[in-house]
Amino acid sequence: MTHSNYQSWGRYPKATHTIAPLYWRTDPLPLPEDHSKKVLPYGMGRSYGDSCLNNGGTLFPTRALNHFLQFDSETGILTCEAGVTLGEILAFCVSKHWFLPVTPGTQFVTVGGAIANDVHGKNHHRAGTFGNHVLEFELLRSNGERLLCSPNHNQPYYAATIGGLGLTGLITWATLQLKPIHHRALHTETCPFANLDNYFELSNESDHFCEYTVAWVDCSANGPNLGRGLLFRGNHLKPEEVPKHWKVPSRNFRLPLNLPGFFLNSWTVRTFNQWYYQRQQPKTTLPILQDYQPFFYPLDSIQDWNKLYGKTGFLQYQLTVPAHDRSIIKNIFQTIANSGLNSFLAVLKTFGDHSSPGLLSFPRPGVTLALDFPIKGAKTFKLLDYLDDQVAEAQGAVYPAKDARLSPRHFQTYFPQWETLANYIDPRFSSSFWRRVTAQTSPTKPILTNTSPSENPSTQQPSTLEANHSPTPSHLGTESPSKPHSTLPTPTNSDKTAQDISQ
Amino acid sequence: MTSYPKPQKTLILGATSAIAQETAKLLAQHHHHLFLIARDPQKLAIVAQDLQVRGASQIHTATFDLNQFEHHDALFTQVTTQLQGIDIVLIAHGSLPDQHACEQDYSTAEAALRTNFLSTLSLLTKLANYMQNQGHGCLAVISSVAGDRARQSNYIYGTAKGALNLYLQGLRNRLHRNHICVLTIKPGFVDTPMTQHFKKGLLWAQPQQIAHGIVQAIEKRKDIVYLPWFWQIIMLVIKTIPEPIFKRLKL
Ligand SMILES: Cc1cc2nc3c(=O)[nH]c(=O)nc-3n(C[C@H](O)[C@H](O)[C@H](O)COP(=O)(O)OP(=O)(O)OC[C@H]3O[C@@H](n4cnc5c(N)ncnc54)[C@H](O)[C@@H]3O)c2cc1C
Ligand SMILES: NC(=O)c1ccc[n+]([C@@H]2O[C@H](COP(=O)([O-])OP(=O)(O)OC[C@H]3O[C@@H](n4cnc5c(N)ncnc54)[C@H](OP(=O)(O)O)[C@@H]3O)[C@@H](O)[C@H]2O)c1
Repeated sequence: MTHSNYQSWGRYPKATHTIAPLYWRTDPLPLPEDHSKKVLPYGMGRSYGDSCLNNGGTLFPTRALNHFLQFDSETGILTCEAGVTLGEILAFCVSKHWFLPVTPGTQFVTVGGAIANDVHGKNHHRAGTFGNHVLEFELLRSNGERLLCSPNHNQPYYAATIGGLGLTGLITWATLQLKPIHHRALHTETCPFANLDNYFELSNESDHFCEYTVAWVDCSANGPNLGRGLLFRGNHLKPEEVPKHWKVPSRNFRLPLNLPGFFLNSWTVRTFNQWYYQRQQPKTTLPILQDYQPFFYPLDSIQDWNKLYGKTGFLQYQLTVPAHDRSIIKNIFQTIANSGLNSFLAVLKTFGDHSSPGLLSFPRPGVTLALDFPIKGAKTFKLLDYLDDQVAEAQGAVYPAKDARLSPRHFQTYFPQWETLANYIDPRFSSSFWRRVTAQTSPTKPILTNTSPSENPSTQQPSTLEANHSPTPSHLGTESPSKPHSTLPTPTNSDKTAQDISQ
Repeated sequence: MTSYPKPQKTLILGATSAIAQETAKLLAQHHHHLFLIARDPQKLAIVAQDLQVRGASQIHTATFDLNQFEHHDALFTQVTTQLQGIDIVLIAHGSLPDQHACEQDYSTAEAALRTNFLSTLSLLTKLANYMQNQGHGCLAVISSVAGDRARQSNYIYGTAKGALNLYLQGLRNRLHRNHICVLTIKPGFVDTPMTQHFKKGLLWAQPQQIAHGIVQAIEKRKDIVYLPWFWQIIMLVIKTIPEPIFKRLKL
């Protein structure tokens, strides 16, 4: 059946799919008879852009693959199916004094999704990525082969699948190493910082004695306040710190409908940001005990918060750049501040130097910044295109899990390993993202005009954005995503300035 | 859910159903002693392994096609010898027949009645007597809102579930004095393999939600439960439409 119920978290771009849910890990893949139709696993759809979409093709929702296979309460080794969510794992293991080794900012993601994007969390400086803790998994390929993948078995598939964007086949189950804790609560602190230099000092210092660090930045601040924000840090409890009584926080509420698009406008965002920063003034709070739920997943208590942005959806943008030269990230903040486009949530974190086993993993030593923008037409896309160039110049990268509009040239510059990954992609698997970022680009033409309009929304005027996202199945099968074209990067257009894009 | 001093003994028929699995997960967390019955041994093994990890105190399994009524006695004997007492029975198996095929061919319609009604009648005959002698327990059966009023698009399924509702009503009346609770579970639209080809909208629920409702209703010793709760209102409205009007509707 074809329908448009399955979207990504940013609700942009829109896509239409045939849906074939998976129910049993022992079943063969329900592949479409038409070989030109591509398939893609779909977890909780918590990726923002189009990496979990396969417009015109088939999605395999994996949520019913949610069985546990094995748990050893002595070693903390858990084997479960790939559709189990991180929240379900926590609900199971926290009372047994085990915790996820790495968790992203929401618990509503599946194990398969966490592996396919090789997600990171507030402890990247200590623990690396999710993939660092995946001991092994089974990969089901479209030819029916089941590959047991680990650092010792089928290692190239192990590496290609971690951060492999769902393209190498279906992960049916995985074995994870959990980590021991003494209690569900954490010791947490909130520390304000006045500007980016302060951030770096505070964050570097905190990383020495805190397992978890992450900062929120007031993106509406400019001038001397540029880059001010709040750093959240925390540690699990030591045995002697465990409280006698603990009240588990209460239930969630759900946003029933799309709010009108104007709900999050630059005024509300600016006001919120200022209020939120000032609320915390003037200094570091005393350490408090906080339950793991609000500490790790502040947004999870508002289900469907993505609907705050209305029907058009929104864009997330997460970049990473080296931290040794602070002027790079400062310039990026300046660009955003000058653009007048406020990000409701701006999250800053310093990555550590753990390398991931994943081939196409996003994290690398440096600092990472995640932003979300309501779609304000061409202005928003222009800002992000400009940031892409700044990131490329700094030899940084943009996170595919959050991307809906990167150009092939930028993607291929950030991830030169993409051609190696292409060797391991299953011939029946593909995604909207992959088709977009591997689309053939001509080195002679400027990058923004040579992809087809329906697959590269960044070239479009706002009024045509939605209309152009009707299904475009004709491109499926005509290209061969498993053997992408090699592309020469075109020179970056460095004479654009921050001022240009603020108009 | 409160935890019990000793593990409850629970028999689940149709244990590979999505709704049954989610219910069983909740019971396993509370260390129930489970007997699982399903027709597909491979799926059954996956479910049993999952429930073991989740905390079931003990698990037995047996493979039966519940439409083979001649095996129901053997099933009953196996369950009662191995479990030695039953606190809860959950009957979950069912199938959504192709309404059009049922209109063309009696044997298709009959098969739908066997799966969705007669098999339960056959199974409960012995199980109800067993519980009556035991003097406690709960018989929880998954029916459907479709049994509240038949409509052209699925009235064979509706007929089976409607007959099931009447049967359970009578059984409840009979067993009340023996302190046996008979629970009729009426889910609305649930996203499971049975409904995988339907377009899902606002009224659809996930099997996890239904499972929570089932466990709560068993605990509260309810008679009839609509899941989610709003189906009680929807069905109330649907049932009050006068037949002369209802027959004209395309439902
Ligand atoms: C509020 C919020 C906070 C977030 N915070 C972070 C964060 O701190 N750090 C971070 O790294 N990310 C973060 N993310 C992004 C999110 O963690 C990732 O996008 C994650 O991969 C989503 O998992 P999912 O189960 O929803 O997968 P989907 O989004 O549905 O799919 C993601 C990818 O996984 C593939 N996939 C899914 N299941 C399988 C399978 N069984 N086999 C093979 N491939 C599969 C899909 O094909 C797709 O390519 C956040 C997202 C949100 C909404
Ligand atoms: N989904 C809904 O919208 C909905 C709404 C109202 C009521 N219900 C009822 O809920 C119950 C559970 O269904 P579900 O939604 O969870 O769907 P499901 O996952 O498809 O479960 C149906 C189960 O019945 C089993 N079954 C069918 N015929 C059988 C037989 N002859 N012997 C043994 N097992 C048999 C199936 O076994 P296999 O796995 O081997 O096929 C399957 O496990 C059913 O009674 C259904 O009528 C469902």
